[in-house]
Amino acid sequence: MSEVEAAAEAETIGWRSRLADSDLFYAFTHSPVAIGSAVVTAVILLAALFAPFVAPHDPFDLASIDLMNSLLPPAWMDGGSWAFPLGTDDQGRDVFSTILYGARISLLVGFLSVILAMVIGVVVGLVSGYAGGLVDSILMRVADVQLSFPAILIALLIDGVLRGIVPRDDYDQIAVYVLVLAIGSSFWVQYARTVRSSVMIERTKEYVQAGQVIGLPTTTILFRHIMPNVLGPVLVIATIQLALAIITEATLSFLGVGVPPTSPSLGTLIRIGNDYLFSGEWWITIFPGVALVVLVLAINLLGDWLRDALNPKLR
Amino acid sequence: MLLFILKRLAQSVAVMLVVALIAFSLFRYVGDPIDSMVGQDTTLQQREQLRERLGLNDPFFVQYARFIGHAVQGDFGLSYRLRQPVDSLLAQRFPATFELSLVSAIMALVIGVPMGVYTALNRRGILSRGFMTLSLIGISLPTFLIGILLILLFGVILRWLPTFGRGDVVHIGWWTTGFLTASGLKSLIMPAITLAIFQMTLIVRLIRAEMLEVLRTDYVKFARARGLKARTINFRIALKNTLVPVMTIIGLQIGSIIAFAIITESVFQWPGMGLLFIQAIENVDIPVMAAYLMLIAFIFVVINLTVDILYFVVDPRLRVQR
Repeated sequence: MSEVEAAAEAETIGWRSRLADSDLFYAFTHSPVAIGSAVVTAVILLAALFAPFVAPHDPFDLASIDLMNSLLPPAWMDGGSWAFPLGTDDQGRDVFSTILYGARISLLVGFLSVILAMVIGVVVGLVSGYAGGLVDSILMRVADVQLSFPAILIALLIDGVLRGIVPRDDYDQIAVYVLVLAIGSSFWVQYARTVRSSVMIERTKEYVQAGQVIGLPTTTILFRHIMPNVLGPVLVIATIQLALAIITEATLSFLGVGVPPTSPSLGTLIRIGNDYLFSGEWWITIFPGVALVVLVLAINLLGDWLRDALNPKLR
Repeated sequence: MLLFILKRLAQSVAVMLVVALIAFSLFRYVGDPIDSMVGQDTTLQQREQLRERLGLNDPFFVQYARFIGHAVQGDFGLSYRLRQPVDSLLAQRFPATFELSLVSAIMALVIGVPMGVYTALNRRGILSRGFMTLSLIGISLPTFLIGILLILLFGVILRWLPTFGRGDVVHIGWWTTGFLTASGLKSLIMPAITLAIFQMTLIVRLIRAEMLEVLRTDYVKFARARGLKARTINFRIALKNTLVPVMTIIGLQIGSIIAFAIITESVFQWPGMGLLFIQAIENVDIPVMAAYLMLIAFIFVVINLTVDILYFVVDPRLRVQR
């Protein structure tokens, strides 16, 4: 074994034992709610990620769809078949498979928009907290104004504007990214505020002063030295906002301004199914709805637990 | 006091000007306004004449000022889609949204505040834990899904309540109200509950957190040490102090009720402004979008201003500092 490998191994062991020793890990193994919701989240995440292998049918392969199979009820009801465990929709697509593929898009939009919001928010927070003065007051005023408008309204507006600028045919292609942009840029404020207040405390500490004295560039001080110390609360916000982002995406798609029906997310599926609610085909809309709620609830529980675990004051 | 209000007022005007700038840019730069007014067979020369006549060649700030001048008078031009003046379209739709929001706001407050206070006072009680679990589920349930579930249960399966529209309305001047007819009231039930649930869960959590914070303060401890009755401490001292920050929250809530009304109106085909706005977005109907944006911003600014002034009236500490 070469020295490099040995060093790498020592590092992984160090990483593992540090994890096993940490309070967070201990709290996790002693909270049934946390374990349960983590498992549920992981299962949905994996099922969505490997949808092409897990799903019994490929709902977007036109060759495998048969209109004869349309509007079949779930397997345990009269007329249902185990080939389509949760029934089929109006085009004969397997509801279970569309949910897996739909969760994929919901999660993709959720993760990407949280990352976008986090990057904007953390950078704004760092700059605002470190610079202070005029820069700080301008950035925080913008944050105040944006915070007083609900995120969903801002997301709707951004979506509407881009819909006007981009030609209709191209729009469906970029709909996912528009959603990410719309949700991401309406969620950054919370990160910015949290990071800013932590930075204002960190700024006066000795390690920052030491960095300033030896003449490190401001960006190095900000991103290499201050940032790692203020990321704890960011993680909590990110978890809770992931749930919010998924809900927002579903809501926009439900309202018909999200992703197009050709690559439906959970929200789009609920919208499509909603038309069949009155004629009694409830499963087309209810099962994607249940999937959405279970996913969001699991993430919310995880976020709640994380917040309490990282904040000993609340215990 | 006067200086404080003036400062806030100036801030509000600044916010409105920025929003107007956004709305104006929508008008001006999203699509060509001329294209949406004339047909295919209009010659380039005619287009240029129209452009000149409408003042679209004027400097940016002249156009912006003109836009604000019109906006102050409520004039936002014609809807691209419906070919009607935008201000009268919004005026027609406003009563529906207002009544829906009002009823759900009252519902959310009347149920949410006592629940929040109760869970804060009996932190470890079974009922409190039940409430908190319920509120977590409530936060995880998207508004539109609550609406769909209600429709499925009470509209499709039980057939007790109408599933869309406002029912019969009574005209009082330009205002239309659904409060005075049986079908109007019945139609209101499900949309109002749908809209109220999310707000309610938020209110419960916020009141609980705020109240727990207040119960930890020294003056509450002191009151306890003096041997005041638990009732007096909880309701005369703690609750009173909880309600100050809660005012801000309620102000913000009214805003988010308007936003979530868009969703509720869409689920129940409620003929309000939100439904109009969604249809405007789908069809890129810029005048309606711009006008709705301005109106919402205006409502927000007025609410925030009122809350700030109320703060001043309620909290004596603020008055002393200045």
